[in-house]
Amino acid sequence: MSIGINDLDNLQLDVLREIGNIGAGNAATALAKMLNKKVDMDVPKVKILEFKDVSEILGGADILVIGILLRVSGDLAANIMFILECKAARVLVNLLMGKPVEHEGEFNEIELSALKEIGNILSGSYLSALSALTNMRLIPSIPDIAIDMAGAILSVPAIEFGKVGDSVLYIETEFSEGSTKVVGDFFLIPDVESYEILLKALGVVM
Amino acid sequence: MGNIIKVGMADLMVSNHPSILTTLGLGSCVGIALYDPATNVIGLAHIMLPSSLQAKNNSNVAKFADTAVEKLIEDMIKIGARRGNIVAKLAGGAQMFAFNQTSDMMKIGLRNAISAKEKLAELKIPVIAEDTGGNYGRTVELYSNDGKLIIKTIGHGVKQI
Repeated sequence: MSIGINDLDNLQLDVLREIGNIGAGNAATALAKMLNKKVDMDVPKVKILEFKDVSEILGGADILVIGILLRVSGDLAANIMFILECKAARVLVNLLMGKPVEHEGEFNEIELSALKEIGNILSGSYLSALSALTNMRLIPSIPDIAIDMAGAILSVPAIEFGKVGDSVLYIETEFSEGSTKVVGDFFLIPDVESYEILLKALGVVM
Repeated sequence: MGNIIKVGMADLMVSNHPSILTTLGLGSCVGIALYDPATNVIGLAHIMLPSSLQAKNNSNVAKFADTAVEKLIEDMIKIGARRGNIVAKLAGGAQMFAFNQTSDMMKIGLRNAISAKEKLAELKIPVIAEDTGGNYGRTVELYSNDGKLIIKTIGHGVKQI
């Protein structure tokens, strides 16, 4: 038996939202330490979207975004993807590298590596929250990064969902530093056979 | 010229002359563009997965290379195209992330393109041009006046096939 995301009931969605909340809280703390600044994080939103609307998540399929992808292994097989608008990524990198917030330009090697590290920290925090809740052993891979059209990057997690259904589930996390708002989208995409394992471990599926 | 009609992910559209069909941000997905030069009927599909036979949920025919090709041709014939005239162009099928591993997910772009070509060959629709592979996204526009396919990228230029 496999569980489609459209079959999730309110309780199960609440549980996912709560994981997102705990994970995001951890991530905000980690990010604040990295930036040496106070970082606020909104309550994550759990959304289920049809594929044809997926590329509109960040305001258009052909806008430039940054995608950071990690593979999760261990008790659960999944992919984690963190997507940031290019502008937001620039702000984050500027904060991290001690540049003026309004600095613009292409990312150099060190900045790309800094972005991967941000993805690493956010995903790591998320995973440790999930791991603590479920008692599962979860091991993230090293992150990989792509800078391209939103649609092209978002299609990577969408395709995984495509194998089981016609919509995609994602958790949107908004975080901000001072008056600078940085919006990031966070996808946790369990492999087809891992869906049930996850929900069972969370005690919301018998 | 004509209307610009947008085709979403896992979606397909057909149209009469004059019109332009477009789909944005093809990553490992493949854009299958069909054109009947005699009637100027065009069709475009944005497929995500190679085969409907391997999927648990295959109700959306536009999601898979095999079923999307069949449906595109069927819909084009409904609005006046002749099967024997139809030619195909393909774009997309990239690998967006360079993960050094051999998981299924990472080769999906290549498999999408191969599956589309297999189905087109089976139905005797010639593939007259393609721009597939690579590691970058593509936005395509298909024109009904001459069947040209314009491919736009970020950082890899614009080309016409």
